[in-house]
Amino acid sequence: MKLLGLFNYWVFAVLLMIGLYALISKQNLVKKIMALAIFQSAVFLFFITMSRVDGGTAPIIQAGVSGQIFSNPLPQVLILTAIVVGISTTALGLAIVVRLYEEYGTVEDNEILAMDRES
Amino acid sequence: MTTLLIGIFLLSLLVITAVAIVRSEDLFSAVMLSGIFSLLMALNFFLLDAADVALTEAAVGAGVATVLLLAGLKLTPPTEARGRSLRKLSVAVIAATTLLMIYASFGQPTLGDPNAPAQQHVAQWYIEKTPELIDIPNIVTAVLSSFRGYDTLGEVFVVLTAGIGVMFLLGGGRGKPFSRLDSRVEEGLSGHLIPKVMARLLIPFILLFALFIQFHGEYSPGGGFQAGAIFVAGIILYSLVRGEGLALSVIPPRVLLWMSAGGALLYGSVGLAGILMGGQFLEYSVLADNPVTGQHIGIIVIELGVGLTVTGVLLSIFHAFAARD
Repeated sequence: MKLLGLFNYWVFAVLLMIGLYALISKQNLVKKIMALAIFQSAVFLFFITMSRVDGGTAPIIQAGVSGQIFSNPLPQVLILTAIVVGISTTALGLAIVVRLYEEYGTVEDNEILAMDRES
Repeated sequence: MTTLLIGIFLLSLLVITAVAIVRSEDLFSAVMLSGIFSLLMALNFFLLDAADVALTEAAVGAGVATVLLLAGLKLTPPTEARGRSLRKLSVAVIAATTLLMIYASFGQPTLGDPNAPAQQHVAQWYIEKTPELIDIPNIVTAVLSSFRGYDTLGEVFVVLTAGIGVMFLLGGGRGKPFSRLDSRVEEGLSGHLIPKVMARLLIPFILLFALFIQFHGEYSPGGGFQAGAIFVAGIILYSLVRGEGLALSVIPPRVLLWMSAGGALLYGSVGLAGILMGGQFLEYSVLADNPVTGQHIGIIVIELGVGLTVTGVLLSIFHAFAARD
């Protein structure tokens, strides 16, 4: 039972490392952006895991009900805004990749590096 | 117990999807898988009692992000070059770090432990004081827009900055933000009957739902961030079906840019209004005679600012990608 309660953290660790692995070993820049998104989602999962309280409910007060237990609203606030910031920065990264493709004709980082070294 | 098992099932699916995203050489299927990944993530957030976050992730991750990645893929090669295979060194480092993190997890409090350090700090104060100081049911909205209004202001400016960056990189230049668009006539999917009819049925409800999320965010899960993302999803659906040109004549580029900057400006000016009326920056209590009413006014106005900026920026980003050829 104690072990099952740690499952979320294991998934967090595995997802984080899947993202990091793809980030360092894939050459395609679009793939790297997707890997970054996986990495980011793993951190979101970690925060939301910490916010959960046993027997709790979503932190919205119901009128006329007393003694409710709520999950921690603070990590939820942080992650809610982080998701929207995340999509904006992903789009910025993707825009840079598109510009690189227009200049170099490729989105593989080793080919871009080789072209830079030649010139 | 059932919730825990469902959670474990969904988390396992999440890991499988992530592996599939990394392994697939066809980037189109990787993008589709990342949509599924976000949807699974949203379900997990929902199981973990984070209704607001689940709503955001479903709208942003599964909706807008997928479309943006597809729009980017239209401009770059659709397949990954078959490069070097697994690199032993990186696999070894990654495996070692994963094992270390799993080892470290045994020192973490288990899921849902009410005595965990994260529950001991300010969270209890927020939960106790929200009914008294702000008096809106949704504590997440209260923390987001009032207690931690500075954070949210900063994040709105990050979103705006990212939007400006994309416009610099892909926009068409001064006075003509999406200028490459008018060089060809866009028809979208209007030749296909089923998407056209479905979109016509769905779009009004999506936009209406976005407005509901915007103005009911104090009482139910929602707020400016989610509303903006859902509104953008509705407009993107319209542009996919009827062509981007028509979507741009509904909300012209000039309006989009004004929305992006105006939302952030509106948020900032609520802060300044607080100073002018004798309080501190972003102190809403002084905005009305009754402090609680002042909080309500402040929250509604800044949520509107957030919604405007998010809508403007995400839609500008979509059009910037879509207009490029």
